[in-house]
Parts: sequence; structure tokens; C-alpha cells
Amino acid sequence: MIRLDKLTKRFGTNTVLNGIDLTIQDGERVVIIGPSGTGKSTLLRCINFLDRPDEGVIGIGDLSVDAARATKAQILGLRRRTAFVFQNYALFANKTARQNITEALITVQGRPRAEAEARADTILQETGLADKADSYPAALSGGQQQRVGIGRAMALDAELMLFDEPTSALDPEWVGEVLDLMRRVAERQQTMLIVTHEMQFAREIADRVIFMDGGRIVEQGPPAQIFENAQDPRTQAFLRRVKQ
Amino acid sequence: MLGLVPIILGYLPLTMFMAAVGMICALILGALLAVERVARIPVLDQAVVVFISFFRGTPLLVQLFLFYFGLPSLMPFMSGLTGVQATIIGLTLHFSAYMAESIRAAIQGVDRSQWEASEAVGMTRIQMMRRIILPQAARVAAPTLMNYFIDMIKSTSLAFTLGVTEMMGATQKEASSSFLFFESFIVVALVYWVLVEALSFVQRRLETNLNKAFTR
Ligand SMILES: Nc1ncnc2c1ncn2[C@@H]1O[C@H](COP(=O)(O)OP(=O)(O)OP(=O)(O)O)[C@@H](O)[C@H]1O
Ligand SMILES: [Mg+2]
Repeated sequence: MIRLDKLTKRFGTNTVLNGIDLTIQDGERVVIIGPSGTGKSTLLRCINFLDRPDEGVIGIGDLSVDAARATKAQILGLRRRTAFVFQNYALFANKTARQNITEALITVQGRPRAEAEARADTILQETGLADKADSYPAALSGGQQQRVGIGRAMALDAELMLFDEPTSALDPEWVGEVLDLMRRVAERQQTMLIVTHEMQFAREIADRVIFMDGGRIVEQGPPAQIFENAQDPRTQAFLRRVKQ
Repeated sequence: MLGLVPIILGYLPLTMFMAAVGMICALILGALLAVERVARIPVLDQAVVVFISFFRGTPLLVQLFLFYFGLPSLMPFMSGLTGVQATIIGLTLHFSAYMAESIRAAIQGVDRSQWEASEAVGMTRIQMMRRIILPQAARVAAPTLMNYFIDMIKSTSLAFTLGVTEMMGATQKEASSSFLFFESFIVVALVYWVLVEALSFVQRRLETNLNKAFTR
């Protein structure tokens, strides 16, 4: 289970996350939607301390971290319980597709190389990239890079997978293959927290949709409720805009 | 006059030895200094800034004299220092200061996404540096570092002022016994020139390969 308690983040005087409370059950798929600049990315980045939250508590499984007093070990603990898929892929440029997947298994998790490589090859099969195993990121299309990015996250067997607009940087022709892969990740009962502008995909994959605005959770519920029967005027206005 | 060439070349191994050992030590020290400059460890950082400033801000010849003639009078245990050792120490410290600055710039030039991805998978700072950041920074810094190596080879000629008979020292001796000053020094100049040109050729080949890297 994932618990966020009064998570708060300020950039200078700008309060970007305004006391976020959120509980996610194991295996649950939660999609966050909302206008630009609302703090969606910041929320994801605070959960694994890519951005350091100012206040609040982050709980993942048996680890509970008070943001204001987080130690290095606790931050590593959060990072090792989560996996992050970046909007811009952020593959290790000096590593091949296979090495991108094995790197953390060997360096961070201390698994034997042979085991890590076997795992990577399985994942490359599943992501349809077996023939690209020895390619460097620079030689891959955007869609292929993002599939490696998701594969790298899958390999970690994280308690929570975080996706920050994984298809936003892609040419339209590659969006479909990445969403397909995410559907397959979802089938494994992987707990997922996804920020996306793909409303159709959100409706289809989400157990719960959260609408964020101004650093707060404005409204949440099952996709049908949010997309067809939103209560808050801000949610309604946002959904009208994205439908156009 | 051409008879000088084999005599001078006989000292090429010593010249290259000093340059190679100096280069390896300077690279290691330079990388450590650069990582410190990026991490900014309190107190140590101030010391590193002063170190870099001093070794970039004073002539190499002065530094060599300081090590060879100055230190033993201050610290008697240093009196066993040979000219070759003093030269290697001098080259190491002097060039590590320059290399630290180019390596630091290369480290800070590594894309932010690389740092974030390393953090996100749970790497420690040391793992991140060793596995992801430094290998990428090395590609960027390589051409500059290669230039420092070439510079270092030429700088080994200063060792003759510490009484070391390397290529320059040998030429000096030949010149003063034969009185063929112009001939001797033009020959040694040509030897350095050919040596540096050969290395520049290797450098250009290396750069083409570096540019091709990470794109297979
Ligand atoms: N490093 C930073 N320094 C200062 N302000 C920041 C920083 N990162 C984000 N912000 C600010 O925080 C606010 C929230 O940004 P965030 O990226 O979380 O929004 P978002 O909901 O992900 O938007 P988008 O849909 O455009 O990705 C914005 O006002 C942004 O300008
Ligand atoms: Mg964002």
C-alpha cells in the first residue's frame, strides 16, 4: 500500500503541492489528470525525492518517511521501492538497451550478471525489442526508447511504478505501441500511478482517476464517474477543454 | 648532425615514461578533484579551489624547482627525491589542476536526465558517478585531455633543469661538447614535432571513434 499524508512542496514562495493526501492499494492503477502547471509531475517526483518535498509523510509498504527529516538511507529506500518512467525516456546514453535494463539490477540490487541479463532478455522479448538489445539509445526511435524505459522500470519489480506523461514526447505514430506496453504492465497487477493526457487510455486502464488543480486533489473516483459525471466545475471545465 | 637522432631517441623512453606516468596520475587526481568540485564537500572544497588556483596560477618550472630544490630543505625525508620523481610529481599536480577544470565542465555538461534516471533507479552518488556520469563526461573531455597529454610530453623537457638526462638534457650535453648548438636543438625540436604529430594523428582517429560511440 502507498500512503501520502499532507505532502507539501514549495518552489520558493510558490506552493506547488498543497498538502496532498492519497492512498493507493496494491495492484491499483491510478491516473492523474489536470491542467498544465498543476503539480502533477512534481507529485510524482516528490514520491521518489527527485524533488525534495518540504513536509508530509510518504509511506510505501513497510517504509514510512517523514519528508522534512528524510535521511539518505530512507530516500534510497523510497527510490528502490519505486520505478520511474520519464517523459523524455532518460535512458542511460552510454548503455545499450540491454544494459539499460541490467544496470540497476546489477549495480543497485546486486544480482549476478547472468541472472540480470536473462531477465533483460525476457523483458526485451516482451517489449518486442529483442533485436535491439545491443543498440544504444541514440540509435532507437522515440517509441523504442520509451519501451526500453518502461522495460527498465519493469525489471526493478518495484512496489510502485510512476509514469510521468510517458507518451507526450512521442511522435503520434509511436504512441500506440507504448500504450500497448503499459496495458501489458497493468495486466500484471502492477501498482501504477500515471500522469497522462491520453484521456481514452485513462478511462480504459484506470481503477481510479484523480483530477488535480492548483496543487490539490480536486476530485477523484472511478473513470466513469469522473469522465461522465464530474461534480466539480473545474473538472468539468478541464474535461470540456481536452475533449475539443 | 643526423647522428644525433639515435642518441636523442635513446632518451625517448624516459621522456615517454615521465609523460605516461604523469598523465595517468594527473587523470586520476584530476577526476577526483573534479568530482569534489561537483559535490562541493565543505572545507575540502575550499582546499581544492586553492590547490587548482595555485597549480594553474604558477609556472610549471617554478613548481618543479619547488619540489626538487625547495621541499627537501623543508622536509629532510624528501631529499631522496630524484629529478625524475620530482618531474612526475610536478607534472601530475600541474596538469591535474587543468584537467580537473575540463572534467568538471564535462561532468556538469552531462544531461540532467542522466542524473535523474540514475537517482530514480536508486543508485548512490558514487554508483551514479562511476557507472553513468563519468563515462559520458570522459567522452566529452577526451579531446581536451589528449591535448594536455601532448602538452605534458613537451613539458617533460623541463626535467633537464633538474639534472635529468632526457631528450632535452641529452641534446644539451651533445651541443655543448660539439658546439653545434643550432644543429642540435633543431634536431631535438624535430623529434618533438614528429612525436606530437604522430600523437595528433592518433587523437584525430580517437575523436572520430568517440563521435561514433553510443549510436550503434
Ligand atoms: N525546479 C523547479 N523550480 C521552480 N519551479 C518549478 C520547478 N519545477 C516545477 N516548478 C513549478 O511548479 C509548478 C508545477 O509544475 P509541474 O511540472 O509539476 O506541473 P505539471 O502539472 O506536471 O504540468 P504539465 O502538465 O505541464 O507537465 C509549475 O508552476 C512550475 O513552474
Ligand atoms: Mg508534468
